[in-house]
Amino acid sequence: MMDLTFATCSEVGRAVRDRKVSAVEVTRHFLKRIGELDPKIGAFTTVNSRAEAQAADVDARLARGEAVGPLAGVPIAIKDLLCTKGLRTTASSKILANFIPPYSATVVRRLEEAGAICIGKTSLDEFGMGSSNENSAFGSVKNPWNPEYVPGGSSGGSAASVAARMALASIGTDTGGSIRQPSSFCGLFGIKPTYGRVSRYGIIAFASSLDQAGPMALSTEDAALILEVISGRCERDSTSADVSVPQFSQQISDQVKGLRIGLPKQYFAEKMDADVERVTRESIEALKKRGAILVDVELPLVKYAVPVYYLVATSEASSNLARYDGMRFGHRSKNATKGDLDDLYSSSRGEGFGPEVKRRIMLGTYALSSGYYDAYYQKASQVRRLIRDEFTRAFTQCDVILSPVCTSPAFKIGERINDPLAMYLNDIFTTSTNLAGLPGMSVPAGFSKEGLPIGVQLMAPHFEESRLFNVSSVLEKDLGAAKSRRPHVI
Amino acid sequence: MSSETRFGAYEPVIGIEIHVQLQTRSKMFCTDSTAFASGDNECVCEVCTGMPGALPTVNRTAIEYAVKTGLALGCSIREKSVFSRKQYFYPDLPKGYQISQFDLPLCENGRVEFVYNGSKKSIEIIRAHVEEDAGKSTHQGDCSLINLNRASVPLLEIVSGPDLRGPEEAAEYARTVHKMVQYLEVCDGNLEEGSFRCDCNVSVRKRGETKLNTRVEIKNINSFRFVEKAIEYEILRQIDAMESGEKIRQETRLYDPDKNRTFAMRSKEEAHDYRYFPDPDLLPLVLTKAEIESMRAKLPEMPLARAARFQSEYKLPEYDSQVLTAEKDLADYFEKVVSASGNAKAASNWVMTELLRELNDSKKTVSQSPIPAERLGQMIALIDKGTISGKIAKTVFAEMWTSGKAPEVIVQEKGLVQITDTSAIEKSIDEVLAANPKELADYRGGKEKLFGFFVGQVMKATKGQASPDMVNQMLKAKLKG
Repeated sequence: MMDLTFATCSEVGRAVRDRKVSAVEVTRHFLKRIGELDPKIGAFTTVNSRAEAQAADVDARLARGEAVGPLAGVPIAIKDLLCTKGLRTTASSKILANFIPPYSATVVRRLEEAGAICIGKTSLDEFGMGSSNENSAFGSVKNPWNPEYVPGGSSGGSAASVAARMALASIGTDTGGSIRQPSSFCGLFGIKPTYGRVSRYGIIAFASSLDQAGPMALSTEDAALILEVISGRCERDSTSADVSVPQFSQQISDQVKGLRIGLPKQYFAEKMDADVERVTRESIEALKKRGAILVDVELPLVKYAVPVYYLVATSEASSNLARYDGMRFGHRSKNATKGDLDDLYSSSRGEGFGPEVKRRIMLGTYALSSGYYDAYYQKASQVRRLIRDEFTRAFTQCDVILSPVCTSPAFKIGERINDPLAMYLNDIFTTSTNLAGLPGMSVPAGFSKEGLPIGVQLMAPHFEESRLFNVSSVLEKDLGAAKSRRPHVI
Repeated sequence: MSSETRFGAYEPVIGIEIHVQLQTRSKMFCTDSTAFASGDNECVCEVCTGMPGALPTVNRTAIEYAVKTGLALGCSIREKSVFSRKQYFYPDLPKGYQISQFDLPLCENGRVEFVYNGSKKSIEIIRAHVEEDAGKSTHQGDCSLINLNRASVPLLEIVSGPDLRGPEEAAEYARTVHKMVQYLEVCDGNLEEGSFRCDCNVSVRKRGETKLNTRVEIKNINSFRFVEKAIEYEILRQIDAMESGEKIRQETRLYDPDKNRTFAMRSKEEAHDYRYFPDPDLLPLVLTKAEIESMRAKLPEMPLARAARFQSEYKLPEYDSQVLTAEKDLADYFEKVVSASGNAKAASNWVMTELLRELNDSKKTVSQSPIPAERLGQMIALIDKGTISGKIAKTVFAEMWTSGKAPEVIVQEKGLVQITDTSAIEKSIDEVLAANPKELADYRGGKEKLFGFFVGQVMKATKGQASPDMVNQMLKAKLKG
């Protein structure tokens, strides 16, 4: 029997479809791992009690000779920001602690149609707001490579669940780096697709014009396979693009000869950790050896990306989170003065939201206020367009842009929690791709002195995710970072 | 008394915001039904209840209805308009914001014309924008109930300029718009059920001044009569306040029809900062010139044009044309009567007097009339052919109203055919003259007023069935002796 713990999604999917192993066996194996490991990691908010039944259904369909998709029986952990019908969905917030959605996100539906098993829901920074997974109402998540360190965020539970092999892949969401940064911190292949590539329907909104869901996986091929399953136009999301979806996993090529790799000067000028700099240089060298052409590109406006991002994202968030009012679902305060509607709102929201969420609601409310709108939200939207234009120009000179994901590897739990600004600056390399709507990917590239994983970031023009997979595949083979070591916890 | 004289030295300045519920089958941003006959909170889904993660999608039929209305209001249609979020907390507003349009509305710069007091009025339409309705709150003691069936039903908000100068004129403007949306078949026009709601902005200034004074908004008025009365009350209240040197507060008021007064709802100073911003869940709404023009081509004839045509084509007086075009159903009914009878003048008379009276008495709408237009037309044709007299026709009409039978059938069954047989009429006349020698002698002695008496006697003797023309003619000859 195959070693399920270290198998890939495509291997397990194939084995289940060939009936070499049953979906139920696979599911039991990973549920057992969750039972053993998760008390130490804290990656899951809810384990799916119906996972085995869903797996049995996949087996039954196969037994009847029905076609089941490429992810047959593959256990996938879903960030607890995606609605799952009948399965508690919390956004790691007290305000939704008991929310059971009556419907599933399009991404979840597409995964299930492809045969995947939703093994459980993973912890995050509340509503996706954070970079360390410390802002969860259900406690912080530990990095499986070293439990004293954060797994990154906001998709920290997703990253930790896969790094600890409690699932074979996870779906994260990325508003300003929330897939790429935890992927870098936990040694995973994580891709934020082009805005509009993946339906946002049923994904609890943080910042609607920036949010995208994407896979966090153990190989380039797995990331490509999952992306092709979840992508495509969705009638229920007006912002989902009507663009054909390539067979990403079939089209991966190691051919990077002649490919122009853009290196943005402004990114390399930032103060960064020596290990991050070394690993990034090694990645560039590896690509150069394969015949890629290195090009310096200018992105002078990216220095505004973080402030622009925090204006746009908090403004949208302040509006998106207005629906959590304790009226129809979610936490309703028992401490409000009877008959005082305003008090009921402020008590319910005051008790339900954590401090970082409150901070961002206040920032966003301020930025949209009459008299401040022009100077803040409006101005930020204008600069955002300029940043987008700047990337479009840069991509006339290169095919892919390479940069670090973060200025440092994972930091220690508690180290930055009292310095929100330092935490925000952690997003310095990742937010601009969200602002420009571009696809961005974190690829495992090496390790720090302390043995923590470090990724490099790849960016491509809109809907050119295939290029990212090609470069990722080369780095995966030539650097071998994903396979060379395993997290301590396993 | 006209508003020029009634308010003395003061001039009222009035603008109206009309919320028109567009009668699409599904809601503005989701696919739920808009048919409310079902129970509370039954026409809802994750989108219109504001569930986490749910997203809106635009109902294209609602957009088509809005564009048609905009075109009929003479507006220019924006090829790229934007949905924005209007943010405030209220329990019947599920998302904590209403999707509306703010700085880039679908329709702008229109004009509505109507005739009031014999003169033509032209009122500016500043804008007309698409938005979603909120749910409905019901308060019972210390508990409030929310019904979200109405949440996200499409609305078109039509904003007039401050061009109206009196309560009657304002109500007439609202009636005109009401008529238009029904002609366009984009709204059922049901005021009681809230399909057509008026918010009136009222201020008062000294006659001759041009500046706009502080205005008061009277919200959610659901009848034209109340529009008139609420504005009237509000004008007088503001004049009183100004006379006694009080400052008018900018505020929202409600009209209480039972007490015929307005009362303050909430002060605008404390009102929310709505923090409008473009809804990132919806792309800008783009319409091509060709799409707009194809909607323009589908516009039906509007009331004012139809009234003008009635005057020229059917030679009707202006008043009759206006009455008959007040409702699209009525105008359609009238034209069917014309085509079945071939007699526009008679059709107009029968519809305006007999039919409207009966409908009014029985509180029925034209579409509920027990007499189909074709049958009324056939009845008029029977008069014109001389089969029945105008007098008998009234009997036939009454019978049609109650039994719903065809006029020919009624005439047959009741033996109401007009007597045109000369010898039969002659016989009746002879009998009448023989029975009334004194009157005959008086008539012949010069009392010609008695002619009517003899006509009456003859008609009575023939049970009203004798042709009145023939009776007149023959009686005159016989009386001469």
